[in-house]
Amino acid sequence: MLEFRNIVKKFKETLVINDISFSVKKGELVVLIGESGCGKTTTLKMINRLIDPTSGTILINGEDIAKKDVISLRRNMGYVIQQTGLFPHMSVKENIEIIPKVSKINAKKIKDKTLELMEMIGMNPDEFLERYPIELSGGQQQRIGVARAFAMDPEIILMDEPFSALDPITRASLQEELINIQTHMKKTIIFVTHDMSEAIKIADRICIMNNGKILQYDTPENIMKNPINDFVSRFVGKNRIWSSPELIKVKDIMIESPITIQPKASLFQCMEKMREHKIDSLMVVELHTNKLLGIIKAKHIQPYKNRNIEVEKIMKKDFSHALPEESIVEVLKLINDTQESTLPIVNEKGCLVGLITKSSLVTTLSQPFVEQKEVI
Amino acid sequence: MKEFIEFIEYIISSYKLIINLLADHLRLTAMSVGLALLIGIPLGILISYVKRLKKPVLGVTNVIQAIPSMALLGFAIPFLGIGTVPAVTIVVLYSLLPIVKNTVTGITNINAETLESAKGIGLTRFQVLTKVQIPLALPVIMAGVRIAAVTSVGLMTIAAYIGADGLGYLVFSGIRTLNNNQILAGAIPACLLALFVDFIGNTAEKLVTPISLQTNSKQDKKQIENKRRNSLILLGISVIFIIAIFVLSAFL
Ligand SMILES: Nc1ncnc2c1ncn2[C@@H]1O[C@H](COP(=O)(O)OP(=O)(O)O)[C@@H](O)[C@H]1O
Ligand SMILES: [Mg+2]
Repeated sequence: MLEFRNIVKKFKETLVINDISFSVKKGELVVLIGESGCGKTTTLKMINRLIDPTSGTILINGEDIAKKDVISLRRNMGYVIQQTGLFPHMSVKENIEIIPKVSKINAKKIKDKTLELMEMIGMNPDEFLERYPIELSGGQQQRIGVARAFAMDPEIILMDEPFSALDPITRASLQEELINIQTHMKKTIIFVTHDMSEAIKIADRICIMNNGKILQYDTPENIMKNPINDFVSRFVGKNRIWSSPELIKVKDIMIESPITIQPKASLFQCMEKMREHKIDSLMVVELHTNKLLGIIKAKHIQPYKNRNIEVEKIMKKDFSHALPEESIVEVLKLINDTQESTLPIVNEKGCLVGLITKSSLVTTLSQPFVEQKEVI
Repeated sequence: MKEFIEFIEYIISSYKLIINLLADHLRLTAMSVGLALLIGIPLGILISYVKRLKKPVLGVTNVIQAIPSMALLGFAIPFLGIGTVPAVTIVVLYSLLPIVKNTVTGITNINAETLESAKGIGLTRFQVLTKVQIPLALPVIMAGVRIAAVTSVGLMTIAAYIGADGLGYLVFSGIRTLNNNQILAGAIPACLLALFVDFIGNTAEKLVTPISLQTNSKQDKKQIENKRRNSLILLGISVIFIIAIFVLSAFL
């Protein structure tokens, strides 16, 4: 959909963008993030040609944008900046309709579109259309900015720190709304910010920039889990993952080689194995295939005087389990509901791949707090 | 008291002349300011785009303003002779500075991000100018026009010295003939005219300021709209008044 090929930008002699290449898929929300002055705005403005690259090509649907008519390119691309982006002398209606009007779209269509957009951003047209920007709160102004960007039904929308000047609560609700709008409208959005939590919240993919270069371009999850270098991990913040636990997956924290026993083993062997590993339960798995058949606990064995019985006769077969791709939030719920202290993790084929216990969860979840203590 | 009665008698005896001169004065001033507008605003817009022109143009207009008006009138005589043409020329030159300067200030002082966003959403250069820059700069430009108009009324009085028609004629001929009543019959209407022009300018300035830029004082929008209607009515009355003077002078 959108592709940067070896883009270099120099202002006079200073290199601001140092040979970047990346591409954005249709319908994706990509966040450009980095410290102030790293070249985010410059990168964004090259897409609507407010800035021309020194060398390199930018393609939209395979076409070089340098060869397109710049006015129609911009009209078919939304552009949202901070509050100052609205025209102070025009009413909300005039602000939203300016480009459709100069593009000579028919009046009825414009009117319907404006009403539709007001609904999209959740603002009452009767109340707000005739107001001027100065009569709106910061959050409302930004909503109008977003509505204006959608007025021409563009494929691509560019946003340069649109929510940065807002208070945290308003910002959070606008982020939510953007996600909502995005799921319905499926636009390709390039969003610039310097706020990592904002990026994690809204991005499909995050592009971390520094000194005019792209350091890492990946999903929020992967960036948090596998920061490519120290800069990225510092930037992401070491404990960032803990503020979005839904991104932590079972496979990230499970015990990978749980202690197992085969179904034909005797209860005596079970007790021995538990003693040896200082645990109170075992996973009963089929030999060779590792298919999980049941769970045996020390307290289940206790009533049986005859310790030669095969474990498969008394093991618990109706156990709850989780998949490795599930988030730990789900697992926490499951453990809470079932009051089980151990939860086997099985893959789609039913084979045992790991184990989560209450104590391993506690260890994982307490990690950031324990670490912080050490720092102090 | 005696002087006052004499003055009134003078006015009554020569009201035809006074009204004719007032109409001339108005006409010449309007012509000069009109010309200054036609030259000044495009010039201002041009030099706010072509940065290289800014210094020389503003420099030249500054120099013109710095030359005493009497001296400038004197310079004009050898080149343009005496009469209306040199007078109007000088007044136009004088009026240019506030108009050009305010146009440049108005247009270049618009928030850069507002302009960038206008460009970024796909307005052409001309549309940015007509839909964003000029409307936003209009109050400042209008303030320049007001200064120019008020100065022109005064200058036009002096221009009578080189033979232009207008209220200045009464002042100068009064000085020559030591007729105080004649001097006052020119000076007082000239003062009133200047105040009147200032008032029109002020009203127009308010009218061209976008409603949204007047709301900062937290006034009710309705209130402002009412005020605007009143201003418009006042402006209408002023125009009728001016037309009345012209009509009157045509019949006298
Ligand atoms: N028009 C310009 N002329 C010269 N330098 C510029 C210009 N615009 C941006 N820069 C420089 O380019 C660098 C990147 O700027 P920018 O893309 O705005 O950064 P960001 O948006 O990431 O904060 C900065 O060092 C900035 O000073
Ligand atoms: Mg920036």
